[in-house]
Amino acid sequence: MAATKVVVDPITRIEGHLRIEVQAENGKITNSWASATQFRGIELVMVGRDPRDAWAFTQRICGVCTVVHAVASCRAVEDALGITIPPNAELIRNLIHGMQYVQDHVIHFYHLHALDWVDVVSALKADPEGTAKIARTISPWPNNSATYFAEVQNRVKKFVGSGQLGIFTNGYWGHPAYKLPPEVNLLAVAHYLEALDWQRDVIRLHTVFGGKNPHPNFLVGGMASAINLDSTATINAERLTDIADMIKRARRFVEQVYWPDLVAIAGFYKDWAAIGGGAKNYLACGEFPEAGVKDYDKLYFPRGLVLDRDLTKVHPYDHMQVTENITSSWYEYSGGEGAALHPWKGESQPRYTGPKPPWTYLQGEPKYTWMKAPRYDGRVTEVGPLARMLVAYASGHPDVKAIVGDTLGKLGVGPAALFSTLGRTAARGMETVLLARKLQDWYDALVMRIKSGDTQTFTKDKWSPDKWPAKAQGYGYLDAPRGALGHWVQIENGKISRYQCVVPSTWNCSPRDDKGQMGPYEASLVDNHPLVNPEQPLEILRTIHSFDPCLACGVHVLDAQGNLLTEVKVQ
Amino acid sequence: MLPTSHPWIEGETLGEHLESRGVTRRDFLVFCGQISAVLGLSEIAVPGVANALQAVKRPSVIWLQLQECTGCVESVLRTAEPTIGDLVLDLVSLDYSHTLMAGAGHAVEAALKDAVKTNYGKYVLVVTGSIPTKEGGIYTMLGGRTAEDVLVDVSKGAAAILAVGACAHWGSVQAARPNPTGAVGVRDIIKDKPVVNIAGCPPIGDVVTATVVHFLTFGRLPDVDSEGRPLFAYGKRIHDQCSRRAHFDAGQYVEVFDDEAARKGWCLYHVGCKGPATFSPCPIFQWNTRTSWPIGAGHPCIGCTEPHFWDTMSPFYDRLPDVGGFGVEQRVDLLGAALALGATAGVAAHAIATGVHQMREKKRSLPVVDQPPGGGPESGAKGA
Repeated sequence: MAATKVVVDPITRIEGHLRIEVQAENGKITNSWASATQFRGIELVMVGRDPRDAWAFTQRICGVCTVVHAVASCRAVEDALGITIPPNAELIRNLIHGMQYVQDHVIHFYHLHALDWVDVVSALKADPEGTAKIARTISPWPNNSATYFAEVQNRVKKFVGSGQLGIFTNGYWGHPAYKLPPEVNLLAVAHYLEALDWQRDVIRLHTVFGGKNPHPNFLVGGMASAINLDSTATINAERLTDIADMIKRARRFVEQVYWPDLVAIAGFYKDWAAIGGGAKNYLACGEFPEAGVKDYDKLYFPRGLVLDRDLTKVHPYDHMQVTENITSSWYEYSGGEGAALHPWKGESQPRYTGPKPPWTYLQGEPKYTWMKAPRYDGRVTEVGPLARMLVAYASGHPDVKAIVGDTLGKLGVGPAALFSTLGRTAARGMETVLLARKLQDWYDALVMRIKSGDTQTFTKDKWSPDKWPAKAQGYGYLDAPRGALGHWVQIENGKISRYQCVVPSTWNCSPRDDKGQMGPYEASLVDNHPLVNPEQPLEILRTIHSFDPCLACGVHVLDAQGNLLTEVKVQ
Repeated sequence: MLPTSHPWIEGETLGEHLESRGVTRRDFLVFCGQISAVLGLSEIAVPGVANALQAVKRPSVIWLQLQECTGCVESVLRTAEPTIGDLVLDLVSLDYSHTLMAGAGHAVEAALKDAVKTNYGKYVLVVTGSIPTKEGGIYTMLGGRTAEDVLVDVSKGAAAILAVGACAHWGSVQAARPNPTGAVGVRDIIKDKPVVNIAGCPPIGDVVTATVVHFLTFGRLPDVDSEGRPLFAYGKRIHDQCSRRAHFDAGQYVEVFDDEAARKGWCLYHVGCKGPATFSPCPIFQWNTRTSWPIGAGHPCIGCTEPHFWDTMSPFYDRLPDVGGFGVEQRVDLLGAALALGATAGVAAHAIATGVHQMREKKRSLPVVDQPPGGGPESGAKGA
């Protein structure tokens, strides 16, 4: 039987524009191509700007991970200018970024990923009493009565009965890969709806400190939200109480709804613990500084690499080992197709060589994406929740060891199950549980500092450009919800002369490199991967969504003039 | 735009729908009062709004995401007014959305075609994201077609177009100097349809909601300014509605972040606030269920509801009118000298800003849509 060519474009329930093409034979995927189909060019826009403005521009790379580029940018500029932010500002940034993780991961699970596993139509057949029984077994969450679930079910019945299915139109309902009993489907549908209300509430933490969400405001040198317990216009006891309550509600939802749901649903899909592993190397750049960004030993999530899936060893992370390759990408390098360049020496000459639109197939094209191919020491490397949990687990991180051990025990599987589609989704839940707890620690620490009389949120001494050196450069790392992120900035005479980002989805959505090695999305789709019905590519969505793609983040580089950017030495 | 927890069956009016959900007439009128206030209507209008909302059927909304960051979708997901807010979104049937649809690939492209065909001439088209025009449009491709191709096609059958966010409005960050991909806004491509610009990076989700309600209630889009922004939201400058305005008038300024003035909540004009040059609903609507807003949280406004703000309002921490494109360049020297004199000079600068913007604020009404949604002629499959 000849291989079937399959195109899935657009991939929905992600950020940005992604096209997946595969070849399938006898129910298995035999080859795959991941194409990023949007390109914006934000790094070039940065040149000539005030470096204190950079956070706002780069923040707009993504409105879903709306915090991560802003903070990475502030760190890069602060590194370049030798600014140390006050401990209060570090705690506030941790609270904001921590809440971003928690909110973003929950939204991902229910609104972007769940419909890959949950059959909405099947929920109509559920016995609400049975759903209530299951709900009570797994969680003390108050909304667990048969009446409540019957009400949700009636709403869904009416919706389906209306014939106006809206976002559920042409879903893959009834696909044989859906395995949940109707009662569990109903449970998940109810929580899909509850999570919509919940996310809107807890994210207000960003609004208190940053004035709005999406795209809250940040500040090079600290945070702009002043603390004064005796003013109506600042962070005061009323605002802090609001935050404390949000943190409690965030944690309660994660512990009583998200995590129990995830574990319950995973129990029905254990076969997906042997599917979709792909890349064998995992990178974490570390996150949540608790004693300044330079103290790598005091990051809550440690940095490092797990290579060849060997969990007995953690390799040190050295950003000089990062290179980008463009063999399969719509760019050209002055040093030739096969060159592998470190970001400090990066070139970004676009050269579209794809077919004239509209496209039929991109497979078979030598170049097929706007995504470059980052590699670590030449290796294909996955970043994100799974990489963070693996690196922390292999590092002996006590919180991570406990939750990984507990989860594997509940599901009755060994650590090898982590290297999979299901492992990726489970790891995201694990770190959400840990961070929902951690938010309370950071909040308590902030309150203690204020109590002791420290209300400083901003370092003033190097704010003014006349205090800056004529030339400076800095590196800002940040392990974002979707994985390791780096911003590199160079400043000359008070203006940005060069700006470069290497982003989580660039790692994961990277195409084939000069050695023909597939990127992590592509590799995962050919790793023991089923595709029962090419007309209904549900299985592809499962694995691709397990990475939580963020395409606008992944593609952002453009030097329209095609200039070879200045080579510089790393500090 | 949210998938609703309170589904609405075909043929049911909002009034019936509410009743079936146990929402009392009183709750509903309270809601209509809120939405009327948002729209700047007097209390007398409330029964009219209520009657209009109760009578309409659930119209189709098609949401296209072009060259963008998804922040505008996220903003609408945060829309305020608990429970009853869901309802506002439930006024529509969201028939196409990249971010939320269950299916993918061919399945959702078919859903889009069906929605266009079934609701031809009647659906509301929401667009987020800009349109890259260089290199034949290959910088944003959807289902193998260029963003421009898809937009032109889907806009043909739209009753009205909401260009949501700075990207759809004028191109935003990717259109900032030097605009590498030639990004433009919806009005630069679609010239033969009413387009309302819900400005901001992102806009407040509630403004999107209120605009949809306006359209459903009155059968036409709201009146707009010369930028195509609804007057009910963008009719006034931040500066004229700012909770810190008294400190501006009193000459009480934050000079550097976290100084004593910052800790007293004084005016942010000297650390770069663009409120005097920015027309925006932020101070009134506020953000995220009215939790706060940028100036309220101590950061100067960056002017994100104004066209080309990335170039004209930056450097963001430089004081107006020193920033590059403020539109009074010829007067910068004069003003710079005057500013040295102190607070009164600030008032002078702001008076000039007012003048400039008054000139720009020439009201421009959009064509009235003849047919109210749901009541249009049967257009069948033409052009779908």
